[in-house]
Amino acid sequence: MIKPVASSPDEVRDAANVGKVRDLRDVADTAGETRSARPRYSLWRRLPPSGWIGAAIVAFWAAVALFGGLLSPHDSGEVISVEVFAPLSAHSPLGSDFLGRDMLSRMLVGARYTVGLALAAALLASITGTLLGLAAAVAAKWFDEILSRLLDGLICIPSKIFALVMVAAFGSSVGVLLLTAALTYTPGAFRIARSLAVNTVVLDYVQVARARGEGRLYIACREILPNIIQPMMADFGLRFVFIVLLLSGLSFLGLGVQPPAADLGSLVRENISGLWDAAPAVIIPALAIASLTIGMNLLIDNWPGAARRGAGGR
Amino acid sequence: MTPALAMPDFVRVHGLHVAAHNFRGEDAPIVSDVSFSIGKGEVLALIGESGSGKTTIALALMGHTRAGCRITSGSVHIGSTDVLSLGHKGLLDLRGREVSYIAQSAAASFNPARPLLDQVIESARTHGMLSRAQAEAKAIEMFRSLSLPEPELIGRRYPHQLSGGQLQRMMAVMALITDPKLVILDEPTTALDVTTQIDVLRSFKKLLSECGTSAIYVSHDLPVVAQMADYIVVLNCGRIRENGRCEELLSNPQDPYTRKLISAAKPHVRVQPRLHVQLAVDTLPAPAATPALEIRGLVAGYGPIDAQGLPRKTVLRNVDLTLERGATLGVIGESGSGKSTLARVIAGLTPPAAGTITFNGKPLDAHIEGRTRDQLRRIQIVFQNADTALNPAHTVSGLLGRPLELYHGVRGAEREQRVTRLLDQVHLPREIARRRCGELSGGQKQRINLARALAAEPDLILCDEVTSALDTVVGAAVLDLLIDLRRELNLSYLFISHDISTVRSICDDVLVLYRGEPVESGAAEQVTTEPQHSYTALLMACVPQLRPGWLEEAPARHAPERSTEMP
Repeated sequence: MIKPVASSPDEVRDAANVGKVRDLRDVADTAGETRSARPRYSLWRRLPPSGWIGAAIVAFWAAVALFGGLLSPHDSGEVISVEVFAPLSAHSPLGSDFLGRDMLSRMLVGARYTVGLALAAALLASITGTLLGLAAAVAAKWFDEILSRLLDGLICIPSKIFALVMVAAFGSSVGVLLLTAALTYTPGAFRIARSLAVNTVVLDYVQVARARGEGRLYIACREILPNIIQPMMADFGLRFVFIVLLLSGLSFLGLGVQPPAADLGSLVRENISGLWDAAPAVIIPALAIASLTIGMNLLIDNWPGAARRGAGGR
Repeated sequence: MTPALAMPDFVRVHGLHVAAHNFRGEDAPIVSDVSFSIGKGEVLALIGESGSGKTTIALALMGHTRAGCRITSGSVHIGSTDVLSLGHKGLLDLRGREVSYIAQSAAASFNPARPLLDQVIESARTHGMLSRAQAEAKAIEMFRSLSLPEPELIGRRYPHQLSGGQLQRMMAVMALITDPKLVILDEPTTALDVTTQIDVLRSFKKLLSECGTSAIYVSHDLPVVAQMADYIVVLNCGRIRENGRCEELLSNPQDPYTRKLISAAKPHVRVQPRLHVQLAVDTLPAPAATPALEIRGLVAGYGPIDAQGLPRKTVLRNVDLTLERGATLGVIGESGSGKSTLARVIAGLTPPAAGTITFNGKPLDAHIEGRTRDQLRRIQIVFQNADTALNPAHTVSGLLGRPLELYHGVRGAEREQRVTRLLDQVHLPREIARRRCGELSGGQKQRINLARALAAEPDLILCDEVTSALDTVVGAAVLDLLIDLRRELNLSYLFISHDISTVRSICDDVLVLYRGEPVESGAAEQVTTEPQHSYTALLMACVPQLRPGWLEEAPARHAPERSTEMP
């Protein structure tokens, strides 16, 4: 065996010093390459105005969900007025509901259920979907095949019907709702993550990592994941919106969060009889659901990564 | 500018400035004070490296700028038309009718969902110049004059059914069907093989002279430009460095930048063949050294393997090669000849169907999983396109540090030190370590790509078209670096390229692949000067030379048009 000439680090360095012959071309090469220094711009500078509006709405609802309980003027179950479907007033800023309870307090508490539950379910769905998608992309073909067909099976069950069956079988509780929503939306997240990951696996940098002898876990987590995380975050936002609508729909049917607790959807349902009187009690929670979903959509549509995709240089 | 002509110049560009809006809302000039003019029927070439503003100028001739750019001052006249004063409607009338454009990638410029003839005659129909039947007849006439196969029927095909060279000729027909006064050709042959390029260049030249059209030819490739252009404008950083008649500029360049371009385009041998190997053998005790890499009877391809032991799509057949320690073996062939598959097989990414690979005297397992970490370390692969070969999510220090960590177990401060040393080795500034590769230029990225392979301290580096995506001058610098590194570290290279002049300049031995089979091999000097096989001779004859008039003398291609039988 012949030993390579420069195998120890010192030899490599010495060789590098000796060999620093830089001809005209080399200098020109480096000189022509100074255009690279471009300052990085923060997310906030790159967000267009409509993105700002979305971000503000989302931040508002996040704050309500976090601190709403502390700010509510009354207990959410307390009857404060003899007048049902009262209009907006100083006493009850958002009017009263069908039993004369303070709508502001009920909204502040209800938002916590809607936002919190949807957030938890969307996180669960997106994280599970991404991990399974990564596994499918780096694992053997048969594993991918089985996993994909299994989740394809899940995807063809209509989400509302599936939720109805789950609630009918296990009763309505926060845990069941959370799992139902997460299970319903995991296959979609998996499909997206898998297709992104499969496209990334064939790229040269993953091939280089394979040729280097990297393990599957390293390839999935360090080579692929950072490059699919942006679209997966946009997908997460979308899934969050879907879950808000699913949970609100379930609550509207009376199968979601059970009284006396209420989320935004059940607030609409229980006050539906006020619709004929144009009562704020039914309009405000409906508006709240609309603003939350629209705000989230505005934010994810304008997320800088989404616009950059075309010009990503790949 | 150009020498005074009897009649006034037909296309006149005066004092053109184009600026781009940057993130801070400031204007950064990308083209400054560019003036030139050409007469009717003449061809002017804009030549320069990427980023020199040549495409920007070409687009400005049509009154167009890319998003974020604008023409700040200057004038463009085509005949009596002042292009920059035209409104939206005026520009619509101008484009496609008076001025037309041939883009670099014909494959990306055609709509894959529509038959070609519809697309070729579209501009004539849009401008209401010809009836459908007239336009079709004219297109078919032009197909015939460009010797496209089956001129009557080829228009019914879809873009994916034609080869790159045929599509590029289709583009030319599309551009010239309205008899425009000016055609802009933007790097029209850059994506083609040399053997195809020669035909396409001939076609362009023929069509241009038949139609008497003026043309702007945008390219970075000086030998190609020498065949096509009457005048050359040399651009660098958005400014004109030199201009003049083609022959004068090539024979007597005034500007140092032009001289540099010319010298980078001239073939010259960078290594003294074998000299280095001799030295290594003299100083080391084992004279009968085992070759670094030996391949016998290799068959490889894609798809399931049939009864005869051949994969469904066989890419490589009966490949034998021997690569001595410290030597460089060049592998040449056109696209689809199996060059890249060969590198992938050696790296273990594509297991072969048959044949043996011996590395440093020991058999190498077909699969990555069956090789030892040390074997993996000793063979590194460097891909053509550094944009896709470097993970955009990692910093340079992360990219270079990973092989150090994996193979040598180096961590923390020592790892950073060795990253710095690697950057020194490939002549890059140390500050670069913190950057991501999206912030680096093409040449810098290719050096990082190379440095990552060096980090493993390999014996053999598989270089897959490492300079093809780079400008001539930057590519030449990377080649010089490869040679320096080989001398310093006693590396062996398997150097894959479609560019014969590159292979000739750095390789000791050459292997010529044609449709997956080796047709000739031997010392680089011998194969390139006295090719034995007709295909090798054709390849050599098709390399454009830096001499006007070469195109007319060059032999006609006699290899069959492959795409007619293979979509």
